Amino acid sequence: MLQIKNLHASIGDRDILKGINLDVKPGEVHAIMGPNGSGKSTLANVIAGREDYTITKGSIHMEGKDIMEMDPELRALQGLFLSFQYPIEIPGVTVSNFVKTALNELRKGRGESAMDASVMLKKMKASLALLEMDKGFLSRPLNEGFSGGEKKRNEIFQMAMLEPRLAILDETDSGLDIDALRIVANGVNALRGSNRSFVVITHYQRLLDHIVPDHVHVLYDGKIVKSGDKSLAMELEAKGYDWIKKAQS
Amino acid sequence: MMDRLSAHYWLNEKTYAAASSDAVIARRREALERFEAMGFPTKRDEEWKYTSIKGLLKPAYKLVSPFASEYSDEQVEFKDIKQYMVNDIDCYKVVFINGCYSSWLSETTHQGFDVCTVGSAWKKYPEIVDAHFAKLSSQGGALSQLNTALAWDGLYVRVPKGVIVDKPIQVLYFTTGSQPTFISTRSLIILESGAHAEVIERHQSITKEGIWVNAVDEVFMDDNSSLHWVKLQHDRDSASLTQHSIIEQGRDSRATFHTISTDGKLIRNNLDFRLTGTGAEANMYGLTLANGKQLIDHHTRVDHLAAHCLSRENYKGIYDGKSHGVFNGKIMVHQDAQKTQAFQNNDSLLLSDKARIDTKPQLEIFADDVACSHGCTVGQLDEEALFYMRSRGIEEETARAMLMVGFASDAIEGIQHPSLRAKLSRLIGLKLGLNMEFSV
Repeated sequence: MLQIKNLHASIGDRDILKGINLDVKPGEVHAIMGPNGSGKSTLANVIAGREDYTITKGSIHMEGKDIMEMDPELRALQGLFLSFQYPIEIPGVTVSNFVKTALNELRKGRGESAMDASVMLKKMKASLALLEMDKGFLSRPLNEGFSGGEKKRNEIFQMAMLEPRLAILDETDSGLDIDALRIVANGVNALRGSNRSFVVITHYQRLLDHIVPDHVHVLYDGKIVKSGDKSLAMELEAKGYDWIKKAQS
Repeated sequence: MMDRLSAHYWLNEKTYAAASSDAVIARRREALERFEAMGFPTKRDEEWKYTSIKGLLKPAYKLVSPFASEYSDEQVEFKDIKQYMVNDIDCYKVVFINGCYSSWLSETTHQGFDVCTVGSAWKKYPEIVDAHFAKLSSQGGALSQLNTALAWDGLYVRVPKGVIVDKPIQVLYFTTGSQPTFISTRSLIILESGAHAEVIERHQSITKEGIWVNAVDEVFMDDNSSLHWVKLQHDRDSASLTQHSIIEQGRDSRATFHTISTDGKLIRNNLDFRLTGTGAEANMYGLTLANGKQLIDHHTRVDHLAAHCLSRENYKGIYDGKSHGVFNGKIMVHQDAQKTQAFQNNDSLLLSDKARIDTKPQLEIFADDVACSHGCTVGQLDEEALFYMRSRGIEEETARAMLMVGFASDAIEGIQHPSLRAKLSRLIGLKLGLNMEFSV
């Protein structure tokens, strides 16, 4: 599904990613953990195609296709989805209008016709129900005045609507109380399947109690320094990141 | 040009005199004298610092004789102008062609209230028109004075006490001809206490020749009256409009103006509110979408003259190409206007390096117990937001257009008729390159 080889990326003259290797197979959930400033969000943004970063070395393939030269919208068309750590507020564009436009742009890109309005509405209702969201959400301006929890639920709502093949969840648990965390995790779990993969980026282990990963990687100073199964997450929770830092220095 | 305009007045004074009282002629003469003394505004004039009308003064304009329609109805066919009308809302229609009333295209009324023309009101209700004519505009600048001297026709609305005009009044000022033409239009609106009316106004050229319309509106609103006014400024790029609308508001009255300026060569709007009765409310919303070499200038002024009044102002602008925008919003809170609430906001997006906005909020407060705020922002499209939208699969161009439509949307939110709002959002979407239905 996703293959990253020896990925180096920098912003300005600062190197942030220093040789990342990652192989995500269909249906797998990979968790990427690490202390602040280790490059987690950079990795998410580089995969999604943010232009602020320069890729100096390495490759990113999705289902065998090199996506590094692709615009963000083309990557989305390949089936990529990034749930933002800080979803952007867009005044004057309602949630329903935004999702409708995105979904139909993706359909257009795949050579399909626009989705029938009644089918769209049904799908929206089902996705709202999944995230325990109220119908009133649809007519609110995108993320404007949303609480932290509402913003994150709205990200997963969009994911449910757009049905990506590969979803990257960037700190989706940050700013969530325990109830919101459960709702978001339930939403993600409902979307798990043999043909959909997840990369879950998180600082803390608590999200991984709800979204149980197949693999856990520790990112430190731009490199994956340790990989393991879900027990690694628990070890990190118990011991913190210091022992990783010490082992590296 | 000034000499020609003055000569035009003297040449036609007899015609003006035949239509109105000596008092009105005296006002016209005074106005002409003021105009001659002031001269056309230049950039040295503080109020015209950013807007030059030099280009407007160049053409050898044809001047239209008062009360003399030169365009018979056959010369302007309905099919040519239908597209400029709001057709899906049942409206009263008052249509002018080169400043002269076109009865064939209009639908006026005198049943319960008057929706007709200043020209005909002068015949039917001379005392009323005489009593109001130039009462508010006498303090205006050179162009208002010029209009007072020369104008003879435009929308006339008078609504008696407690009467609600049952449908919107659409006023259309068409201009045409085979040579550059200068037109003066003038409207008079009188709402007695508790009356309500809605106006949809449009100036539209149907010729490629240079057109300059210099307009004045005088609006008298008595206690508890309310007025909605939508100005649609989507004219050809050969047509220019200078307009001064003055609204005097009595106690607890409420006026709401939307000015949507998307096309035209040079547009200068002066929108002045005088809140003379306690509890009066004035709302102004503006949306400017400019490109090419357009110049769109909004000068607004609110005089808070009584206590407990409220004014709200929100103007949005998107400027591309070499376009130039001007926003000057003046709020004067006079000594007696305690408990005034005045809010003003102006946000602009500049899409190109050559586009320019001069924005100047002005707040002068002489009362001590008031709540006032003003703010302005000038920026570019939010790159973060663009990336967010693109990461969801939305093409860059569509994402840009959506962001702009979103930015613009609150300027038209308050327009009452859903179909007019929908029409405007389609038009805005189209202008911004969003080729899809976009609801606000």
